Amino acid sequence: MTSSTLPTGLADATRDEASLRRFLHGLPGVDQVGVEQRAAGLATRSIKKAAKLWAIDTAISMVDLTTLEGADTRGKVQALAAKARRPDPDRPDTPRVAAVCVYPDLAATAVQAVAGSGIEVASVATAFPSGRSARSIKLADVALAVDSGAGEVDMVIDRGAFLEGRYGEVFEEIQEIKAACGEAHLKVILETGELATYDNVRRASWLALLAGGDFIKTSTGKVSPAATLPVTHVMLQAVRDWYTTTGELRGVKPAGGIRTTKDAIRYLVAVHEVAGEEWLTPRLFRFGASSLLNDLLLQRRTQLDGHYSGPDYLTLD
Amino acid sequence: MPAFDYAPAPESRDIANLKPSYRPFIGGEFVPGSGEPLKTLNPATEEVLAEVGTASAADVDTAVQAARKAYERTWSKMPGAERAKYIFRIARLIQERSRELAVLESLDNGKPIKESRDADVPTAAAHFFYHAGWADKLDYAGLGPDPRPLGVAGQIIPWNFPLLMLAWKIAPALATGNTVVLKPAETTPLTALVFAEICQQAELPPGVVNIVPGAGDTGAEIVNHPDVDKIAFTGSTEVGKLIQRSVAGTRKKLTLELGGKAANVVFDDAPLDQAVEGIVNGIFYNQGHVCCAGSRLLAQESVVDELLAKLRYRVSTLRLGDPLDKNTDIGAINSAEQLAKIRELAESGEAEGAQRWTSSCPVPDRGFFFAPTVFSGVQQSMRIAREEIFGPVLSVLTFRTPDEAVAKANNTPYGLSAGIWTEKGSRILWMANQLRAGVVWANTFNRFDPAAPFGGYQESGFGREGGRTGLEAYLHG
Repeated sequence: MTSSTLPTGLADATRDEASLRRFLHGLPGVDQVGVEQRAAGLATRSIKKAAKLWAIDTAISMVDLTTLEGADTRGKVQALAAKARRPDPDRPDTPRVAAVCVYPDLAATAVQAVAGSGIEVASVATAFPSGRSARSIKLADVALAVDSGAGEVDMVIDRGAFLEGRYGEVFEEIQEIKAACGEAHLKVILETGELATYDNVRRASWLALLAGGDFIKTSTGKVSPAATLPVTHVMLQAVRDWYTTTGELRGVKPAGGIRTTKDAIRYLVAVHEVAGEEWLTPRLFRFGASSLLNDLLLQRRTQLDGHYSGPDYLTLD
Repeated sequence: MPAFDYAPAPESRDIANLKPSYRPFIGGEFVPGSGEPLKTLNPATEEVLAEVGTASAADVDTAVQAARKAYERTWSKMPGAERAKYIFRIARLIQERSRELAVLESLDNGKPIKESRDADVPTAAAHFFYHAGWADKLDYAGLGPDPRPLGVAGQIIPWNFPLLMLAWKIAPALATGNTVVLKPAETTPLTALVFAEICQQAELPPGVVNIVPGAGDTGAEIVNHPDVDKIAFTGSTEVGKLIQRSVAGTRKKLTLELGGKAANVVFDDAPLDQAVEGIVNGIFYNQGHVCCAGSRLLAQESVVDELLAKLRYRVSTLRLGDPLDKNTDIGAINSAEQLAKIRELAESGEAEGAQRWTSSCPVPDRGFFFAPTVFSGVQQSMRIAREEIFGPVLSVLTFRTPDEAVAKANNTPYGLSAGIWTEKGSRILWMANQLRAGVVWANTFNRFDPAAPFGGYQESGFGREGGRTGLEAYLHG
């Protein structure tokens, strides 16, 4: 179960099931009242004019433009990819998004559609969204995504195993999937709405970081509550603490339920003040969202034109 | 990639309706006041905000007479339910004029607008609402079968929470049927005089509330006036002692709420990130101008390094500057004198061998500002561990065992507040019983509610304000 690249103290933490449990339960607790109060306090920072425009452009460049429906078609994915390349066709200076996020069977279509644009293709593998399948099937799912050319894999953890306290199993599964990813970046979805407590969110974050996840991600978007500010605060503290301990920078991705520019800016303020300035880049922070992009574009136009325009001036997807 | 620069978002100072001059409020009228007028400054810019008339000895006497007349003829005779109507009206008017009061408070005091807007003014209104509710229920407060008011209350308040301290003093006095002569602090008299306008708007009978601005000599006139029945003072321990000496041997009742040097105790099993928030809130709230500030951090040795690293990072994100800017976390020090005191004590910390760390946040060229500072390696014997600094300066000490934490926390002549950070409920209860402090916060800090009594032990004073207990200070049982 050991991981060779970790500093000694942390490598010991993953020696066996018992030491992993001791380590995770030895992490400082999270006080619910305190973290929610801090999140609410930071949400009142006033971001206007130049700062707002900067925030909007930064947020656009961090979007993982997502479609995860049973009814997804190649046509839908191609439209999404076109939107990702040129989010606002009337304004070519609009930054492109970070990635498009699709199911594994559509990864090949997406790869083809974004070719040459620098946009990544992210694919949700591992029996997304429930994660309830055999390890072999999850690995096959990952293989399909990676073989199709996806540069990023979004996996879900086995929440059942986590809640039963079988941390070692969750750890090993993440490690195996990380290995199966090869060069692809691994985002580990904790599905924080099902983990229920902030203490669990912190433990799951560390578990994912210990096992080699490049990103920790809040939610699949299929469970309510999805991303919340306080949960994201806890995860940002985890990557900051990870950096302090190991010197490695890992990313955070809130996903699901972030629909407005105002919301997105609140997350950016949290990134800035909780984790630090270094994280204000698409390499280390992403928004998993589908409808957020259009609100960002609308607000961007408002900032530039000085008046509101309507949703009909933007493309649907 | 450029840095994330927040846009300045200053409140307009026009909202404060600042007038060039303000006058004392006596017997329901604004009067010239025959004392030497004083100028009140904006501590963030050092500009003169307004000229304020002060009360001479004769004016204080007039104010006490007006209060006596109002007490005897109307206020103490009025049924509690009627008094309540006036107090409710005052509470609502504070809410209606809350933006004006918040901006004025930040201009005059230097505190960040987000604190005056989100804490000071709403809590001041809440104190009037809460005490209005008590006015007709005093017989059921458990303070004797027929509680009666004391008479004329002389009240002297400090500059750190000008409007809020006024509310803490005036609301219970009025609810219990007393009338009031209140002296706001020399450097922050403006919101008290706007409060006087609110009393007029509420059609409070003349003389029930009198506001007499001035310096220490005006305060002394109130304290020594033979026709004052009760003195309530919030301020420095030094002045508190003087007042106690003057009042000794008279029939006057006295409550004192004085300085503090609170211990904020962090155990190794604490929720560290939230403890850091609590530490920041405990000492950097209101620029550390808080008598119950958690100015001594007692950290368990096993986590002190981790805690300090997190704390320094967090403090480095605090934004210092224009108090009217919504993004400002730390505003201006209230006066040049106070800034000099803070500097002198901080220098003594360095001279005595503590390690000084100061946030590298930009500090404005003009105005009275002091960057948030954390001293580590502080020993119990150093001045910065014993004396109240009353500024954004934290002293960090360490301990090994719970008993040692209790011993160090209690090893102070003060005893206003304390904080405990641990995930162990039994330890919270055990500690709270051991700590000699008027308020003990667990896994939080600086939380206030009109229903919660507040007050001190030892040199932090005596008597309680707020809650059912707070009524006692204004009643004969």
